[in-house]
Amino acid sequence: MTKRDWQSITLSAVLLAVAACLPLTGDAYMLSIGITIAMYAVLATSWALFSGPTHYISLATAAFFGLGTYTTAIGIENGLNYWVTLPIAAVLGAVLAVLVGLATLRLSGVYFVIFTLGLAELVRQVVTWGQNLSGQKGLYVLTDITEVHIYWQLLVLAAIVYLTGWAIGRSRLGFALRIIGDDEEVARHSGINTSRAKILLFMVSGATAAVVGSILAPRYIYIEPALAFTPMLSFLVVIMALLGGTGRLWGPLVGVIPFTLLWEAISSSFPNQTTLLLGLSFLVIVYLLPRGFVGLIESGKRKLREREAFA
Amino acid sequence: MTTGAIVLSLRGATKRFGGLVAVNDMDFDVTEHEVLGLIGPNGSGKSTTLNLISGALKPTEGTISLRGTPISHLSAADIARRGIARTFQLVRLLPSMTVLENVRAGAVFGHRRRWGAEADAHALRMLALVGLDRRANAHVGELTYIDTKRVELARVLASEPKVLLLDEWLAGLNPTELEEGIALIKRLRDEGRTIILVEHVMDAIRSLCDRCVVMSTGTKIAEGTPEEVLSDPEVIRAYLGDDDA
Repeated sequence: MTKRDWQSITLSAVLLAVAACLPLTGDAYMLSIGITIAMYAVLATSWALFSGPTHYISLATAAFFGLGTYTTAIGIENGLNYWVTLPIAAVLGAVLAVLVGLATLRLSGVYFVIFTLGLAELVRQVVTWGQNLSGQKGLYVLTDITEVHIYWQLLVLAAIVYLTGWAIGRSRLGFALRIIGDDEEVARHSGINTSRAKILLFMVSGATAAVVGSILAPRYIYIEPALAFTPMLSFLVVIMALLGGTGRLWGPLVGVIPFTLLWEAISSSFPNQTTLLLGLSFLVIVYLLPRGFVGLIESGKRKLREREAFA
Repeated sequence: MTTGAIVLSLRGATKRFGGLVAVNDMDFDVTEHEVLGLIGPNGSGKSTTLNLISGALKPTEGTISLRGTPISHLSAADIARRGIARTFQLVRLLPSMTVLENVRAGAVFGHRRRWGAEADAHALRMLALVGLDRRANAHVGELTYIDTKRVELARVLASEPKVLLLDEWLAGLNPTELEEGIALIKRLRDEGRTIILVEHVMDAIRSLCDRCVVMSTGTKIAEGTPEEVLSDPEVIRAYLGDDDA
């Protein structure tokens, strides 16, 4: 590892430690926003691990997230320990990712996007149907886990996701995905098993989203398919990740923090205009920030360097 | 004709697209250290034949074997890993990467797999071989046309293929570049590489190929040394039409 790697790791550890101190302020509102930010940071970063290099826009996050919440809810109802439900959710998320991957990763571009959206909706309908058969509209998730626990769990998961992303970025798999993102035909003819590489990364992404769902389940106390599988979640994750930029591991985080704060402000003052904000953000990203904040920062840096070179 | 071990052989390789027979019952062998030219008029099925060998397309019928092992049922990735590497008719580079990273792609995932410093060193050697080592850190968008072709060739060479497929690698070069290009491929030939060359440039065919297979409307119409096939009346008819033959 180079000196720069150590620097980034130290910096990340310090930031994480600072973030972990948030509950010490004793402010319940701050903690609540902290949880939302941590949740979207994990979801958007793990989403970008797959979608960043490959440019496959997945709208299936809600399916994995909902799968996780339901795994924990059903597990607890049947007497399982909460902590046992997390790895189960991870495995189920990974399995679902393999199934989705085998079915859809041959598609590309807009077909893949539509398929994942449809898939998330299909899973939601199936769960709703199953839920109705049970005679209840939703499930209670009763645990003694508090908001602070949820927050710290999310931070640990974030640390795991960042380490995983960092390791993948330095591995053959990471290099393979960049090649696939650039030109899939070249990737195949260079000897890369493109389906396997894509499915592996999709599994990481899916398992992470499922675990986030699991961790969040106790927060909701009562879950319904419409809440656990809300397609809005998938859209928000995509927008935040793209707003931040997927070219760097820390990119999505840069989008998540401002967007979550803005979203909070708007949904509390103008609860009926949230969808409008969603639409506007899409426009802003597409027209002004095609490569996100990361792209903005990097082209700014380049310009600065060029100016210095001429000076 | 060179008499070495047979590296690649096609037996009855056929490709149909609906009613159109693009490649019809092709038979030929490529022996070790041989440069085989695959020539013929436009639309005669040369590129499709190359696509069948590289696994970009699957043959409708027939078999293609690498050192006696059938490969025609394998995916393009598996075929590349077994040692058949190709360039593309329209150059395909990895646009977000540097020259060195482009070449590293071949070194990391190809027939002989490397990683880390070893892959970088190997990629640099390949860049030196094509005369581009000084531009290793350049972005591929900054390159001239022939340099993009060089990068693609270096990427393919970096995988240490047993058979090299060059799809009109010399097309679109100006006369000076063409000379450099021919010299470069001659160097590869002198290193004893096994190459299949789809080419239109007659000078290149004459000076580079040990043997030629001529295709017309999907079928092999002649096979032999460049002099033999280029004086074959049927080949002349295929290229120029009946009146001139």
